[in-house]
Amino acid sequence: MLSMSTNNLSYNDQGGSDSAVEVGQETTPTSSNAGAGFGLFSTNFKKNDDLKEMLESNKDSLKLDAMKRIIALIATGKNASELFPAVVKNVASKNIELKKLVYVYLVRYAEEQQDLALLSISTFQRALKVTHDPNQLIRASALRVLSSIRVPIIVPIMMLAIKEAASDMSPYVRKTSAHAIQKLYSLDPDQKEHLIEVIDKLLKDKSTLVAGSVVMAFEEVCPDRIDLIHKNYRKLCNLLVDVEEWGQVVIITMLTRYARTQFTSPWKEDGLFDENSETAFYESDEKKTKNGDEKKSYMMDPDHRLLLRNTKPLLQSRNTAVVVSVAQLYWHLAPKHEVGVITKSLVRLLRSHREVQYVVLQNIATMSIQRKGMFEPYMKSFYVRSTDATHIKSLKLEILTSLANEANISTILREFQTYVKSQDKQFAAGTIQAIGRCATNISEVTDTCLQGLVLLLSNRDETVVAESVVVIKKLLQTQPTQHSDIIKHMAKLFDNIAVPMARASILWLMGEYCERVPQIAPDVLRKMAKSFTSEEDIVKLQTVNLAAKLYLTNSKQTKLLTQYILNLGKYDQNYDIRDRTRFIRQLIVPNEKSGALGKYARRILLAPKPAPVLESTYKDRDRYQLGTLSHTINTKASGYLELSDWPAVAPDQSVRNVEVIEPVKEWAPSLGKTGKSKLSKSSDDKFYSDSGEEEEKEKGSGSSSSDDSSSRSEGLFGHVCTIKYHTFFLVPVLLSVVPVSGYTVLSQSKCLSRSLFSLCILTPCPLSCAAALLQVSGPAFVPEKRHDLLHRMTGKGLSAQYQFPRQPCLYQPTMVSVQISLTNTTDHPLEQIHIGDRGPTGLDMHCFNTVECLLPEASVTVSLGVDFNDSTQAANFQLCTKEDQFSVSIQPAVGELFLPATMTEQDFRKEQGKLLGMNESSATITMAAENTTRQPISRQVATVANLGVVPSGQDNIHRFAGKTASSGAVVLVTVELRESSAALITINTEKSVMGPMLLRDLKRALTRA
Amino acid sequence: MINSLFLINPSGEMFLEKHWKSVVSRSVCDYFLEAKEKALEPEDVPPVIHTPHHYLISIYRDKLFFLSVIQTEVPPLFVIEFLHRVAEMIQDYFGECSETVVKDHMVMVYELLEEMLDNGFPLATESNVLKEMIRPPTILRSVVNTLTGTSNVGDTLLTGQLSTIPWRRAGVRYTNNEAYFDVVEEIDAILDQSGTTVFAEIQGVVEACVKLSGMPDLTLSFMNPRLLDDVSFHPCVRYKLWESERVLSFIPPDGNFTLMTYHVNAQNLVAIPVYVKQSISFFECGSDGRLDVTVGPKQTMGKTVEGVMVTVHLPKTILSINLTATQGSYTYDNGTKLLVWDIGKLNPQKLPNLRGSLSLQAGAPKPEENPSLNIDLKIQQLAISGLKVNRLDMFGEKYKPFKGVKYITKAGKFQVLTITASINKYT
Repeated sequence: MLSMSTNNLSYNDQGGSDSAVEVGQETTPTSSNAGAGFGLFSTNFKKNDDLKEMLESNKDSLKLDAMKRIIALIATGKNASELFPAVVKNVASKNIELKKLVYVYLVRYAEEQQDLALLSISTFQRALKVTHDPNQLIRASALRVLSSIRVPIIVPIMMLAIKEAASDMSPYVRKTSAHAIQKLYSLDPDQKEHLIEVIDKLLKDKSTLVAGSVVMAFEEVCPDRIDLIHKNYRKLCNLLVDVEEWGQVVIITMLTRYARTQFTSPWKEDGLFDENSETAFYESDEKKTKNGDEKKSYMMDPDHRLLLRNTKPLLQSRNTAVVVSVAQLYWHLAPKHEVGVITKSLVRLLRSHREVQYVVLQNIATMSIQRKGMFEPYMKSFYVRSTDATHIKSLKLEILTSLANEANISTILREFQTYVKSQDKQFAAGTIQAIGRCATNISEVTDTCLQGLVLLLSNRDETVVAESVVVIKKLLQTQPTQHSDIIKHMAKLFDNIAVPMARASILWLMGEYCERVPQIAPDVLRKMAKSFTSEEDIVKLQTVNLAAKLYLTNSKQTKLLTQYILNLGKYDQNYDIRDRTRFIRQLIVPNEKSGALGKYARRILLAPKPAPVLESTYKDRDRYQLGTLSHTINTKASGYLELSDWPAVAPDQSVRNVEVIEPVKEWAPSLGKTGKSKLSKSSDDKFYSDSGEEEEKEKGSGSSSSDDSSSRSEGLFGHVCTIKYHTFFLVPVLLSVVPVSGYTVLSQSKCLSRSLFSLCILTPCPLSCAAALLQVSGPAFVPEKRHDLLHRMTGKGLSAQYQFPRQPCLYQPTMVSVQISLTNTTDHPLEQIHIGDRGPTGLDMHCFNTVECLLPEASVTVSLGVDFNDSTQAANFQLCTKEDQFSVSIQPAVGELFLPATMTEQDFRKEQGKLLGMNESSATITMAAENTTRQPISRQVATVANLGVVPSGQDNIHRFAGKTASSGAVVLVTVELRESSAALITINTEKSVMGPMLLRDLKRALTRA
Repeated sequence: MINSLFLINPSGEMFLEKHWKSVVSRSVCDYFLEAKEKALEPEDVPPVIHTPHHYLISIYRDKLFFLSVIQTEVPPLFVIEFLHRVAEMIQDYFGECSETVVKDHMVMVYELLEEMLDNGFPLATESNVLKEMIRPPTILRSVVNTLTGTSNVGDTLLTGQLSTIPWRRAGVRYTNNEAYFDVVEEIDAILDQSGTTVFAEIQGVVEACVKLSGMPDLTLSFMNPRLLDDVSFHPCVRYKLWESERVLSFIPPDGNFTLMTYHVNAQNLVAIPVYVKQSISFFECGSDGRLDVTVGPKQTMGKTVEGVMVTVHLPKTILSINLTATQGSYTYDNGTKLLVWDIGKLNPQKLPNLRGSLSLQAGAPKPEENPSLNIDLKIQQLAISGLKVNRLDMFGEKYKPFKGVKYITKAGKFQVLTITASINKYT
C-alpha cells in the first residue's frame, strides 16, 4: 500500500539518471480526489511540499505516512535532508512508531545538520535518566540514538551518558553503553582514556549480554591493553558458551591473541608424539632450536587448557563464523596433536552457502599446506562439482594439490583428468597447472604427468594446449636431460598453437635446449623470421632470444637469419623489442666497438638456469591469523592485529587469579556470595551453561517447581502473571536459593515455589495492561546510603553496615530485603559469623547462612529478609562470631517498607477516590528552588521512599505509587505544584500511621535547600 | 564492523541502502559492479573484494546481491553469516526474498535492518525478537492498519532480547500444544558410468515445528545416536548434555526452526535408492547422437520412490532433440540446453525409460565431455540412514503435548556420470 507510492517518489534526487525517469512519472495524471487529506489511500504521486505540510499537521496518521515516505526515500539513497527541521520537531512524539522513524531519520542526517540536531538532544537526555523512565528499553534506545548522532559538540554529553549507563542496573542498557563506547571513540579519539575506564568497568560485568559487546569495544578502542583482560579471563572463558553467537566470535578472536601473549608454546613437546611425515615438514627450524634447551619441561597452563576446553563445544554451532573462529583458535593455540578435532567441523561448513565455502576453503588451503594429514581422509569432500563457482573450483584444486602424496596421487590424477575435460576452460587450465605442481612435488609421477600433458597438446582447445605448453616447459626445466622427444613434439605443434604465451614458451625451450634438437631449432627460427612482424611482443622477444642462442651455438646455419631478425627488431614499434635487439646485437655480433662483454656472451645467454619452483600461493598465508579478512585478501587490512609469537617464558600466571570473596557494590542479589565457590558459581548469570550435571539437576528441580507455582499464579492473576522465569536475573537467583536456604528436600520445592510466586508478582511485567491494576515494578532508585549496624570498635574488629537494596525479597514476599556487608578489620580470621538470638520483638526474619570464615581485611555481603509488619519498629538481633555476640538493630525508614508499583493515571485516581478522609494526609510546603521540575522531584521522592512513578498528564502534578511490603496496602503520593514554589503533598493510604510518617519525611526532603 | 549494506539486483541497480555508521557513497559499489561485469555468472563474483579504502563482502542469493561495506578488519564469515541472516529474515517476514518484495516493504525492511545492527555490530538477529519489535505483515493486519491507522511496530516491550534465552518469547499460549519434528535426509552421491558409487554421504536435518505454551524444556533422544558422525545445533541445544549423554536437551524457540543438522558417518555404506542405466552417445562423424536412460529402484527398504526427476545439461552444440518417455513427461529448453524429465512415482514392474535421438549443429565436433545426470527423488517415511527418534520428553510444563515425528529422504547433489562413448568404438 504504502510501498506503491514509495516506488514512484522522487525527492531531490541525487542520481541524475534516476531523476530523469521519475520526472517523467511526475507528469502522469493523478487522482487526488481519492485520498485528499488522507495519504493512506492515495497511490498517486505527490509533490515534496506536502511532506512538510503533513509533518506539521497534528494528525499522527498523516505524520506517520509522511515519515514512511521519507524513510523510503532514504532507503533508496535519495536526499531528504531538507526536511530536517520539520522532522526533528516530532522527536518527542508519543506515538512509538512515529518516534522510531524520526530516530532513524535523525541518525541518518544529524551529521549533516549538526546545529538542528542539537535541538533534539535534550529529549534523549531526559529519557536516559532512570528516575524519569523506569523502562530499561527506553533508556537503552535513547542512549543508542544519542550516541549515533555524530555531532562532535555533544561529546561531553555522550561521555556522561555512557558512564551513567555503564552502571545501570539493566544489563541491556549496559550492553548499549558498550556499543556507544565505540561510537564515541570514532567520533572523538581523544576520549580514549576515559573510555578505557568504562571498558574496564564493563569487562568486570558478569552478564552474558554485555560480554560480547564490551570485548568488541575493547578490540576497537584499546586492543593493546591486555592487562584489562587478566582478571576477567576465566570469567570470559566460562561465560563463552552462553554469550550470543556474534559476541562469541569477537571474544574468541580476542582470547586467541591474549593467549599467545600469556602462555608458552604447547608445540615443543609435541614432536615426541607426532611421527607423521608431515610433522617433520611443518615443524620448521625454529622449533628445532627451541627444542634443545627446554625439552620435556612443558606443562600446559590450566588457564590455557580452560580456554581450549570451553571453546570446543562451539565447533557444533550453527553459526559458521563461530565454528571458524574456534578452528583458528585451535590452530593457533592447541598442541599439534589436538588440532585434528577441528577438521570435521570445517569439512561440514563446505556444505554451507557458496560464500562460506569460499572463506572456509581458503583457510583449509593454508592449513593443508602445513598439515596434509588433517584433511587427507576427507579428500573426496574437495572434489570439484560441475555446479561449483569458479573461485570455489580453483580453491578445491589448490587443496587437492596440497593433499597429494605418493599414496593418493593416482586417485587425484584420475580426478584431474576429468577436470581437464571440463567445459570451463579456465578451470581446465588451472587443473593443468595443478598437475604440474603434483609432478614436481612427487617425483614418482613426474614422467606420467609429463606424458599426460603431452597428450593434452593435441587437445582441441587452445587454452588447454597453451597451459600445457607452459607447464611442460617448467617441468622440462627441472629435468631437461631425457626429454628431447617432447621438445621435438612441441616443435611440430608449433604451427597450430596461436596463444602467445605458449608460442613464447616453445621458442624459449628451443633456444635453451637447441643443442638437443640441432635439426629442428634452425627451422623453427626460419618460420619465425617469416612471421615475425605479425607476432605478439612476448613472442618477438623470445624469437630474438632464440636467434641469439642459435647464433652462438650454430652460427653457420643461422647467421643470416639472425641478422634478418635483428634488423626487423631494430625497427619494431615496441621499444622493449628495439632495446633488446640492440643489446643482443652488441653482445653477440663481434665488431670493433663491442667491449669485454662480448667474450662472455655464451656464458651469459646459455648459463644453466635454476628450475622454477611450482608452489602454492597459500604457502605463506599463515603469517595472518586464520579466519581474518587479512588472511582472505592476503594483505594487511586496516585494523588488523598481529598475533604475537609465543613468549619464551610465560608471564606471571597469578595475574588472572580473582579473589573468591569480593564485596558486592551494587544492588545485585548477593546470595551465595558467602564464600563457597559452588554457590558463587551458580549465582553468576549463567543459567544456560549446563556446565555440569550438578547444575542441570538444580535447574531441573527449579523448573519443575516453577511449574506448580505458575498454575497457582495463573488462577490469581490471569495472564498478567505469565511466568517469565527466564528474565535475566530470576533463575540464577532461584538456583542459588536451593543450596543456600538449606531446607530439606521436601521443603525446598515449597520454598522455591513460594519465592517464585512472589517473584512473579514483583517482576516488572511488560505485558501488563489495564487489567492489572496494581503491578509491582522495579525500584526507580536505589539509595547508596549505608547505615552502621555494628561499629568496628564495639564489634571487636568486626564491622557491619546495612543498606536497603530495594529488591523484592526472595524468601518471602512480605519481607523487606536488607543487605549487610561484614568487614573484618582485625588481623586474624573471624569464624562462623551468624545471627543468634532474635530478641523478644518477634519480627519474622530470614537469616543469612553462616559465614564460615572471614579473612583479615576481607569483606562479604550477605542478605537478610525481615518482615517489619509495616511498622518502623527496629529489628533487634544478635550478630555472633565464634567467640562473641553483639546486639544490633536495624531501624528502617518508613520509605523502605514499600514496594514500587506502576499504574495508569486513571487507576491512580480511582484508588485515590477510595482512600479519602482519614486515610488521607496532606500538607502544603514551600519547595526548595531546585525542586520545581519533574526530574528532581522524582529523584527526591524516590530517595525517601521506594515508590514507582505514575505517568502524569499534567506538568504540575506528580504522582507516585507503591504498596506496603507486609500487608500489600496501597500507598499513593501526589505532589501538586502551586504558584510561587508552594506545593501540596497528599498521601493516601489505609495505613494511618505510615501516612503521616511518610509525609514528614517527604516534607523534609522536598523543602531542603 | 559492518558499515553499510546495499541491495543490488542482477542488472546492477542499487535499490536499497542502509548505513550504520557514517554514510558511504554509493560509488563504492563501482568496484563490485566491475567485478560483476567480469564474472560470467553472478555466482562467480568473488565474495570478498579489496578496494583502496573499503572492503566489499557480498553474497548472491535469491537473484539478489547483498553487498556490505567494511572499513576495518573483521572475520569475513562474520559478515557473510550476517548477510545470510538478513536474507533469511526477509524470507521469513515476507514469504520470499526478492527485489519486488523488498521494494514493496521498503520501510519495514529498513526498520528491521536498523534493529539488527547497532554501530555495525549485530544486536537482534533472532527472528522471534525481531517479530516482537516489528510485526510481520499479514493481509488482515494491513487492512486493519489501513482503516485504523495503526501500525506494525510492536508497542509491547521486548523481553526476548533481555533474557538469556533470546530465541524464545515469553508468554506463549496455545490451545493445542503440539511439537512436530521432521527428520529430512539428503543423499549426496556421485555414481560413475558403471553405476558404482564414487562418493556418497548423507546429510540430515531435524526441522522442528514447536507450538507449546509457556516455557517447556524438551529432551529428544535417538534410538541410534552413534550413527551421527558430525552435528551442529541451534543455539538452544545444550552442548554438554549431547556430549555426555547423546540426547538433545533444549528450550525450543516458538514456531519453526532447524534444531540440528547432521552428517552420517561415511564409513557406513550409504544405501542408494535408485539405479540409472544410461548412455548418451554421439557418432564420431556426422551430426547425430543417441540418448537412452532408464531409472529403477534399488535399495528402497520397501518404500515407494516418488518425485523422481532427471535433469541433464546437454552440450552446447546440440541443435535439437527428439525423445520419447514411457512414463512422465520431459521438457527441453533449447536456450539453456536443459533437459528435465519428470517421472513421478517409480513403478518396479514397469521401469520408466527415455530414449531418442539428438542432433548436433552441422559441422560441430563431437562434444568432448559427456553431460552428467542429476537425479531428484523423494521417499516418504524413511530416513535412509536408519536414524530413529526414540522419545520426546517435556519438563517444566504440566500439559500433555501432541508429538509427532516424520521422516523423509531426498536426493541432494545426486549425480550420475554418463558413459563417454563414441558409437564407432562399439560398432
